Amino acid sequence: MSDSSSERRPENQVVEPQPRGARVHGDRPIDQAEAAERFIAAPLHQKQHDERLWTLRSRRDGEMHAMPEWEEMRALAAAIKEHTLTHLDKYLEMFEANAKANGIQVHWAKDGDEHNRIVQEILERRGAKTLIKSKSMLTEECRFREHMAKVGIEVIETDLGERIQQLDDEDPSHVVVPAVHKLRTDVAKVFAEKLGTDPNDSNIYHLAEAQRQATRPLILNAEAGMTGANFVVAETGTFVVCTNEGNADLSANVPNLHIASIGIEKLIPRLEDLPVFIRMLSRSALGSPITQYTSHFRGPRAGGEMHVVLVDNGRSERLGMEKFWTSLKCIRCGACMNTCPVYRRSGGLSYGATYSGPIGLIIDPTFNARKYSNLPFSSTLNGSCTNVCPVKINIHEQIYAWRQEMVREHETPFVKRAAMKAAGAVLSRPAIYRAAVETGNAAIGSLPRFVIYNGLNAWGKHREVPHAPAETFHQWYKKNRGDKK
Amino acid sequence: MSSREAILASVRANLPKVERPLPVVPHFDSNPPASLIDAFGDMLKRMGGSLLAPGPVDDPLAPVRALLAESRLICSAVPEIAGERDPATVTEPRALADVDHAVVRAAFGVAETGSVLLTDTDLQVNSLAYLAQHLIVLLDPADIVVNLHQAYARPEFREHHYAAFHTGPSATADIEGVLILGAQGVRSLSVLLVPKPPVNRT
Amino acid sequence: MKVGLFIPCFIDAYFPEVGIATLELLERFGIEVVYPRDQTCCGQPMANSGFEKDAAATEALFVRNFSGFDYIVGPSGSCVHHVRDHFTAVEQTGDVTDIRARTYELVEFLHDILKVDAFPWARFPHKVGLHNSCGTLRGLHHARPSELHEPFFSKPEALLAKVEGLELVTPSRPDECCGFGGTFSVFNEAVSSKMGYDKVQDHAAAGAEYIVSADNSCLMHQRGCAERIGVPMKFIHIAQILNGAEA
Repeated sequence: MSDSSSERRPENQVVEPQPRGARVHGDRPIDQAEAAERFIAAPLHQKQHDERLWTLRSRRDGEMHAMPEWEEMRALAAAIKEHTLTHLDKYLEMFEANAKANGIQVHWAKDGDEHNRIVQEILERRGAKTLIKSKSMLTEECRFREHMAKVGIEVIETDLGERIQQLDDEDPSHVVVPAVHKLRTDVAKVFAEKLGTDPNDSNIYHLAEAQRQATRPLILNAEAGMTGANFVVAETGTFVVCTNEGNADLSANVPNLHIASIGIEKLIPRLEDLPVFIRMLSRSALGSPITQYTSHFRGPRAGGEMHVVLVDNGRSERLGMEKFWTSLKCIRCGACMNTCPVYRRSGGLSYGATYSGPIGLIIDPTFNARKYSNLPFSSTLNGSCTNVCPVKINIHEQIYAWRQEMVREHETPFVKRAAMKAAGAVLSRPAIYRAAVETGNAAIGSLPRFVIYNGLNAWGKHREVPHAPAETFHQWYKKNRGDKK
Repeated sequence: MSSREAILASVRANLPKVERPLPVVPHFDSNPPASLIDAFGDMLKRMGGSLLAPGPVDDPLAPVRALLAESRLICSAVPEIAGERDPATVTEPRALADVDHAVVRAAFGVAETGSVLLTDTDLQVNSLAYLAQHLIVLLDPADIVVNLHQAYARPEFREHHYAAFHTGPSATADIEGVLILGAQGVRSLSVLLVPKPPVNRT
Repeated sequence: MKVGLFIPCFIDAYFPEVGIATLELLERFGIEVVYPRDQTCCGQPMANSGFEKDAAATEALFVRNFSGFDYIVGPSGSCVHHVRDHFTAVEQTGDVTDIRARTYELVEFLHDILKVDAFPWARFPHKVGLHNSCGTLRGLHHARPSELHEPFFSKPEALLAKVEGLELVTPSRPDECCGFGGTFSVFNEAVSSKMGYDKVQDHAAAGAEYIVSADNSCLMHQRGCAERIGVPMKFIHIAQILNGAEA
């Protein structure tokens, strides 16, 4: 891939400011559409984001065509995960026993707060005040960095994308490429402010090198390291971490204390199940056959300590949801985000949640039904996500099911409810429907009323409205085919 | 009730009541590439690493010594190559921070992905493979398996506390998708195919 | 063979020519086609918005209107997809499940049931971009979606191949959603429009003069987008081409 990065930019050149994410006010429902509109209003950002992620989707397709057994592998991955989840207690206990036998200390946290307290306790017992970590969506869920900041423990993200976001005090926008919504000029601005680099130098190689040089001493001086885990093998007490930078291995192998935060749904039964997932993960995520580093941890080094914190945070409850439990199969590959045409044009921050894109739409409501009640409607139900999911989660069908849930639980605006009820009443009564449709040029005004109850403005804001025909099909048929019934 | 008991109880109470048997996982290796070495080399190159051209028969390690000629500091974990820093003497992982070139031997390689497996025994000090600027890996060509299914059937994953697949050097494409080699870890990874030294019997 | 003609609400109101083309096309094959006068809608708008319960009465009306036919055929993939896969607000009696299974979208009816091998009256000497709506593509499996590893097939392409002079051109993103999505087009209109702009520009860049689809809701949205940004694209329903429409 050739780099068309700019040389030093003249100081007065105008750059497009980065559009920020959804407006968050406590638990008020997130307005994803509003944030998406602002993203689209930044065309350079939107174009880069859309093209970058479509490239990942295309590369994924290339890997798919090169693997004859692709669909069989998806079926295997789905079956292994569904088996594990339906026997999850057994595999959790198996993992714990095997891990402990190898010297790993295993902790259990019911929720994010407990996770944060456990980690704090481990660090304080060792007098550790600095912690380097690799990427973990679970720690984002737990708002881990915020907690550590309050208790005076410094946390340094080592993944380049995560570090950019940390320095910019912004959440990651994508589970695999956390800063994909930023242009190089945005990164240059952040690094200039926080690392003291040249604000006008947005050469990507220079930026990456600056982060490498700035982070290295922090890695060398850190007193503890933290990783997540992509997969956990019950049979051998192993957890597996996949990165491209090697930052998980630095975090785990430089300090003498390694803590791994792991969601309970990451379990798989046997070593022989592991290659199914390793072969599918990076191919689905980035269109590369494997991540640069795939690391298997089974026990501490001599003189070192290794801890695993198993976290529930709503997962066991989700297991009991008949329509939604299979979302726990998710291996966080991000393929659904890459293919989603809505996500690519909205940016991940528009969802105002830890998980964005299609998978976010179906798991965020389990964290906060009110706050995320609008998310299932930020979809065209096109189904591309379901087709790319390596573990065959029926994402778009779960999005549809969540819409029914939201209405059932009264998490929809009153105006919409009233309009839907009215639409249902009109569309079930032929005579009233006919009258509504065929009133002259009110044909436009009365096309299923739900479409326009909030003003013709919405449709017509960026599109021309449909032209009203001289007569409806019904009228034509009556005139030309007479009384044939 | 401890959190452990509470979580396990919650899991048990919520287990979906459906039949989901654990499938048999085939190895998908019935159609291997004609040359495992060529397949391995091609994939390694694609992932940003390099396969060194073999040395002369009487001096198989020559290509490695050529790479090391200008090195600022060599740390070798293999008997065939001498370095200034001996990992056997290192007690603190950070002590390897100034290493320029590290030389290690892999347990085996994978043709499907161009990966090599480095274990804690191979590395002696785990941080060696990550703090060095450049990594040179010796790999016995007889120890290249077809794919990851075959790889995970090997004993290393049951014997070591730490084992990592390295596939090319450290990389990232986090800024506008532009590929950078040498993100946090090594800037380059070179593999030389050379058989394991014979086991010393005394 | 007796077929009940299902004309979706928005085709009735906005695109009667599509309903007429469908009727005439089916009659060319000697089929007795009946248009039940009291039909209104399939219930999809309410169901897709989460209001399945409010769709129940509409769905019951559909069932009453369409009893007693060998097949129910409609020129709209999204509506037929709804009937076959989401028509669950109404009680699932034997009649309901029977009618659901007999409901076909026009292309699949022509391809799978009638197995039409020629359209001798059809001629369309133009460059045409085919838009497979997500409902027909992934819901009704009209063609192989680009995400799946399976042998290529396409029912609409197979039919269009029999139209004299028609040249298919392929956009760079052959099956990315165009952004209509029903109420999505109104509640998320910025994203919806952007998707529509991208779609018509992609087809234009591939050299298409016409975009053809089996789903008029998509065409309606794309036309609105094309007109707004000044892309000179024409839109036509596949029923019209197969029925011998002139350009």
